[in-house]
Amino acid sequence: MLTFIAKRILEAIPTLLILITVSFFLMHSAPGSPFSSERALPPEVLANINAKYHLDEPVINQYFYYLGGLLQGDLGPSFRYKDFTINELIGQSFPVSAEIGIWSFLVALIIGVGCGIIAALRQNSWLDYSVMGFANLGIVLPNFVLAPLCILFFSIYNQWLPPGGWNGGAWPYLVMPVIAMSTSYIAQIARITRGSMIETMHSNFIRTARAKGLPKYRIIFQHALRPAMLPVISYLGPAFVGIVTGSVIVDVYFGTGGIGQHFINGALNRDYSMVMGVTILVGTLTILFNAIVDILYAVIDPKIRY
Amino acid sequence: MITSKDKIQAVEQFAEKVVEVEGRSLWQDARRRFFSNHAAVSSLIILLLITAIALLGPLFSQWNYDDIDWEALSDISTLGRPNIENSHYFGTDTLGRDIFVRTMQGGQISLLVGIMGSIVAIVIGTLYGAASGYIGGRVDSVMMRFLEILNSFPFMFFVIILMTLFGRHIFLIFVAIGAISWLDMARIVRGQTLSLKNKEYIEAAYACGVSTPKIILRHIVPNVLGIVVVYATLLVPNMILLESFISFLGLGVQEPMTSWGALISEGAQNMEIAIWQLAWPLGFLVVTLFCFNFLGDGLRDALDPKDR
Repeated sequence: MLTFIAKRILEAIPTLLILITVSFFLMHSAPGSPFSSERALPPEVLANINAKYHLDEPVINQYFYYLGGLLQGDLGPSFRYKDFTINELIGQSFPVSAEIGIWSFLVALIIGVGCGIIAALRQNSWLDYSVMGFANLGIVLPNFVLAPLCILFFSIYNQWLPPGGWNGGAWPYLVMPVIAMSTSYIAQIARITRGSMIETMHSNFIRTARAKGLPKYRIIFQHALRPAMLPVISYLGPAFVGIVTGSVIVDVYFGTGGIGQHFINGALNRDYSMVMGVTILVGTLTILFNAIVDILYAVIDPKIRY
Repeated sequence: MITSKDKIQAVEQFAEKVVEVEGRSLWQDARRRFFSNHAAVSSLIILLLITAIALLGPLFSQWNYDDIDWEALSDISTLGRPNIENSHYFGTDTLGRDIFVRTMQGGQISLLVGIMGSIVAIVIGTLYGAASGYIGGRVDSVMMRFLEILNSFPFMFFVIILMTLFGRHIFLIFVAIGAISWLDMARIVRGQTLSLKNKEYIEAAYACGVSTPKIILRHIVPNVLGIVVVYATLLVPNMILLESFISFLGLGVQEPMTSWGALISEGAQNMEIAIWQLAWPLGFLVVTLFCFNFLGDGLRDALDPKDR
């Protein structure tokens, strides 16, 4: 088991290197530079700036400068926000995204699994149909549609919640982003849980547990839940990626000041180091999360041996 | 053994009369199952209707998608309302352009992106998966390793970088979206190929000296087509969503062309005064996505009965 975990983490390193390389060269092949603007700088000044950021050297040299900095944990200076390093900017905005993400994730998991189990246990009842109807609706309502609808309902028609902003993460500012992000995952998770729960409840060991006369809650929580969770766990990897991606919309729409906003602005303004920094961060998290899901899978499923 | 002639004749006559029992192919079975699924069939009809409106609708309006109605422009919140008389059936946007025609034009783009993107993803994914599964061995493990590496890339971020690099060319949107969505398809097709690989007819083809690319194209691919069709239908709504997502961020199609995502983004900015700008494209998008999901589920039940 430990060797498996170690192997899984070691495998992440080349993947990460490829990710860094590809995004670095993609970003640097973009036309325009961070300092090209409407009002042209005097050529001497531009040359000085370029020299300071190594922009006058071949791209391959810049790549090694960047890798060198990265090894020391330095993501470089921002080309757009004066006097800020990328580390500082990400340090400011990442906690916001992380907080929204974690809440959305928890909400999606708890409500999704709960709804799925209820629907499975009352299969083909009105409860089942309404949960599954909601699940179908949730899948087709993307977060960028839910975000404006939430604002319309909660802030414009009824002045219940502030339409945007962050305010240090006070809960009224958190509600709408979490709704917008988690709904489609609630739907997916409910659907997956229902399917696997129905299958599990029909299997032989559940019949044995029933025959033993175990009370229903123990059958469900002790015997059925664990195998039924396997497909849900394998969905968590993609769900995590989706939530990170979705945070871009939420940041842009609700103005929470999370990491997505920086990414979009960075991409539009050719802020190389900002885009690189966010991509590396998200890539690392994605790889990490996929590894965690694999490890969890091995822990929960006794059939898998490494 | 002696058999009398008339007996043989009787048997022959009997054989002539017996109607041959017709075998039903997988596709015939699937068609029957599909057409008995009301949700899927009505989804298909609605989708065909939406496509027809998106293609033909603009012909029935006096406006073009980039025409500006200067009269309505003076007061969008009253003159720009949905109105049959001035032929703005769905109202106008903030620039006085007709929402009906723009929604239809956006629909063309969204559906086109959805379908083209899926085709790109299917072609790459099917060929990659079939090749990897059929060739097997070291090639397979290298190809699968590559897939795993790609799988841990934050692809949405890559698409955004690509869009900023190469500009908002509609063709690039297809390719970019399609090229990142083939991973699941490849994995599914590989799994199917592994189980097909040892079938007798593949062995027979191999024994006849058919080359590997030909075996993959002529014998493997047609046999995984069922599952490919199912996942293709489920891919289309994802593609439309992705495109809308990109357009929503303002990185999608170039003005004055539009797509549902771009229209929703514009509409959301003005929803306080002009809700119709949000409502129409939103309604079309949601109904389309709904129908594709039902259609995909119906096809899955029809073509892949064990996976329920």
